[in-house]
Amino acid sequence: MKRYLGRQVVQLVVVIIGISVLSFAILNVIGDPVLLMVPETAPKEEHERIRKLLGLDRPLYEQYWKFASRAIQGDFGRSWYGDMPAFRLVMERMPPTLYLTFAGLGVALAIAIPLGVVAALRRHSIVDNLCTVLAVGGQAMPIFWLGIMLIIIFAVRLQVLPASGYGTWQHFLMPSFTLGAFLAPITMRLVRSGIIEVMSMEYIKTARAKGVGERLVVVKHAFRNACIPVVTVIGLQFGQLLGGAIVTETVFAWPGVATLTVEAIRTQDFPVVQCAVVLLAVVIVVVNLAVDTIVGFIDPRIRVQA
Amino acid sequence: MTALAPREVALEGPRPAEAVPSARVVSLRRLWRLKWGVAAAGVMALIVASAVLAPWIAPHDPLQVNIRHRLGPPAWLPGGTAAHPLGTDQVGRDLLSRVIYGGQVSLLVGVCAVLVSATLGVLLGLAAGYFGGRLDWLIMTLVNVMLTFPFVLLALAVIAVLGPSLVNMIAVLGAAGWPIYTRVIRAETLSIRERDFVVAARALGLGHSRLVFRQIFPNLVSPIVVVATLQVAQVIVLESFLSFLGLGVQPPTPAWGNMLGEGRVYMLNSWWIAAFPGLAIFCTTLVINLMGNALRDWLDPHLKL
Repeated sequence: MKRYLGRQVVQLVVVIIGISVLSFAILNVIGDPVLLMVPETAPKEEHERIRKLLGLDRPLYEQYWKFASRAIQGDFGRSWYGDMPAFRLVMERMPPTLYLTFAGLGVALAIAIPLGVVAALRRHSIVDNLCTVLAVGGQAMPIFWLGIMLIIIFAVRLQVLPASGYGTWQHFLMPSFTLGAFLAPITMRLVRSGIIEVMSMEYIKTARAKGVGERLVVVKHAFRNACIPVVTVIGLQFGQLLGGAIVTETVFAWPGVATLTVEAIRTQDFPVVQCAVVLLAVVIVVVNLAVDTIVGFIDPRIRVQA
Repeated sequence: MTALAPREVALEGPRPAEAVPSARVVSLRRLWRLKWGVAAAGVMALIVASAVLAPWIAPHDPLQVNIRHRLGPPAWLPGGTAAHPLGTDQVGRDLLSRVIYGGQVSLLVGVCAVLVSATLGVLLGLAAGYFGGRLDWLIMTLVNVMLTFPFVLLALAVIAVLGPSLVNMIAVLGAAGWPIYTRVIRAETLSIRERDFVVAARALGLGHSRLVFRQIFPNLVSPIVVVATLQVAQVIVLESFLSFLGLGVQPPTPAWGNMLGEGRVYMLNSWWIAAFPGLAIFCTTLVINLMGNALRDWLDPHLKL
């Protein structure tokens, strides 16, 4: 277990370094920060002066080192417009993003688990075929469009839910359903194939032979084992789920990190963009680590394989 | 895994759903799924044809502004006219024509970006699978970094620095989509590398490049085709999201994403401006996904994605 954990932590560090290099490179290699501050028409000496002032004439690895060693201490510089440390600005917006992500996950599981189990137990039945149609349709649905259609129906026409914003439980309904609909199809497929696989295992036959009731066989023996791949993949998909949350946030004007980042991109407020990218990466990697550890704890086979 | 014999299942009452289907039933079932794929391919051909032939089939010029007919509803609603079957947008441009023209951007970006990322991803996957060792570790670490991170966010940041344009969008979507190809191709290469015909070819003294491109690569065509097809749908959704945020194709050029973004402002009274471009995205991705699934069943039923 210790070695397994050790390897996971090493991977965590590698991924975070990778993301920080990427986010550094986006601004400093692809773009040119000086051009963002000084108009192109300014004299060349002015460009050089600012370049020196910001330390941008130093070699890239030196600049990265400076960026990284500050970032570790939570110092990503000040927002160019908000007059606040970028770190604080991003951290203030983090809770709504995480609430939305977990609410979406909850909705996805609430849809996917019952449907997936029923579809697996009654293969090629009406329910199963309906699930396939829903899954194929759901995977093709652009979620920003789904969100807008929900707003048009429930906020504009029926006027039962708030169109956007944050605060009460009503505000949670449409965004979390939108995000849930994004994750539900793949989760449903996993639950279905997991249950189908497990139901043909020897220990299910054993349980049946012992005279365990069918309901208990499904709930206790089959479902628990079918959960392992589901949990693993949800862990791996957490980044995509956060990506979905980004899209959802922009549709519903949810005051989370994504809305902040999109605003910051519009105003070219790069310390905030860099900080948001790195912090979201940290969240994703930590969740992945937690999921891997939990799964490794439940299922010893994975520890050995890894 | 062992299939259950019906007799053993009978211990706990009849469970006909799990009986092993006969070969005929299986092939009929496969044909049934392929039928969907063929139908989807037909619809896709229609979508592609309408985008390519847009100048001839669109009823109006997609850029022609007509303020007097602004926010006109679709033809079947009160106030709609047959001249504008899907209604008009906030400056009176014909929505149907704009949806038809909008397909050009989505399909162009989808196909070009997939070509870029497939080339990159397949080359890296072949290198990782064939050479193994440190190169494999390096490439797969990069793949893991890219796959853990929500791609939307990186694309946003890159576009923000580069500035929005069609070429930049193809570059970003192409440069970011490769990890999935790499992962699939690496796994396939690992197993093909050990097969007898490759070992024999190596024993004959073939060089690395001939082994990789002449012996291994031809066996990878079907997974590449399947993954690439499914990726076109992904890229179209991402492209339209970037355009929706105003970071993709710039107005007034019609693209499904930016039409949806503009329509959002008017959704209080004129739902159709946002609804129809989104419906076009949905139909296109649905049809491509159906085609991809059918291709997978047909070419490579064991492929895990």
